[in-house]
Amino acid sequence: MKIGVIRFPGTNCDRDVAQAIELAGLTPEYIWWSEENLTDYDGIVIPGGFSYGDYLRAGAMASITPVIDGIKELVKEEKPVLGICNGAQILGEIGLVPGIFITNEYPKFNCEWVDLKVGTSRTPFTKAFEKGQTIQLPIAHAEGRFYTEDIDLLKDQDQIVLQFEGKNPNGSMEAITSVCDESGLVCAMMPHPERACEELFGSDDGLNFFKGFL
Amino acid sequence: MLFDIEVKISLKSGMLNPEATTIERSLELLGYEVKNVKTVETIKFQMEGEDREAIRENVVDMCERLLCNPVIHDYKINVIPQNMACGK
Repeated sequence: MKIGVIRFPGTNCDRDVAQAIELAGLTPEYIWWSEENLTDYDGIVIPGGFSYGDYLRAGAMASITPVIDGIKELVKEEKPVLGICNGAQILGEIGLVPGIFITNEYPKFNCEWVDLKVGTSRTPFTKAFEKGQTIQLPIAHAEGRFYTEDIDLLKDQDQIVLQFEGKNPNGSMEAITSVCDESGLVCAMMPHPERACEELFGSDDGLNFFKGFL
Repeated sequence: MLFDIEVKISLKSGMLNPEATTIERSLELLGYEVKNVKTVETIKFQMEGEDREAIRENVVDMCERLLCNPVIHDYKINVIPQNMACGK
């Protein structure tokens, strides 16, 4: 299975994500932002970084590039899409997931390991976990505070994928740090699963997110 | 005709603005008593056209598609014919 790893100017987690995809037993392939035809791919990861220098807002510039049209086509074909950190911000900007990730309540770059509660196991990326299970992943962002206009809709439609547990390091609404679309196939998450794919790094909970493409 | 365009982008009323809160705290450190600090981003550019209203519609489109995120932002648009702006 071939998983596309999107690259924008300023993306910087692409190689870590490609390594994680390989560890999960899949084949990663880098895709430049100008590519519009993604029909060859079985799934897509939009990695973290600072696409276009976070100008205007994190993810704003990336949201109008040709590759986004290709991603929207893949979503129509019900292929899974995972957006991590800056990738999550981009998915919010283009409206493939509800809500948006904005400047942290205390506006510093926040880099630490966090406990996360799995809110739903119906997405491909969280299917290996039990609902309510606690997992450990690192976060690294200054703009990760989740905000949505309709929190009740998210709850009704089972779209809350991960919530911070024990503390809320960026002031996110109801400590939410990952959401999915109605189908569950498009998932946006601020934590970095690609940085937690081997026990050597402190946790391998992240590997299941990539095995989800299988 | 050349138009000067100014787009002012602010967070919707009631939205938490960490930058404004930090500015307020820092001004307090300097001994100033201030409240209700807000930050507004301004984007300026120029466009050629004949019809002010048509230009305005274009800029609204820009705001909705790129310059702002309608979920969190309000915006104000000023379209000024350049000869008026310069007082010619």
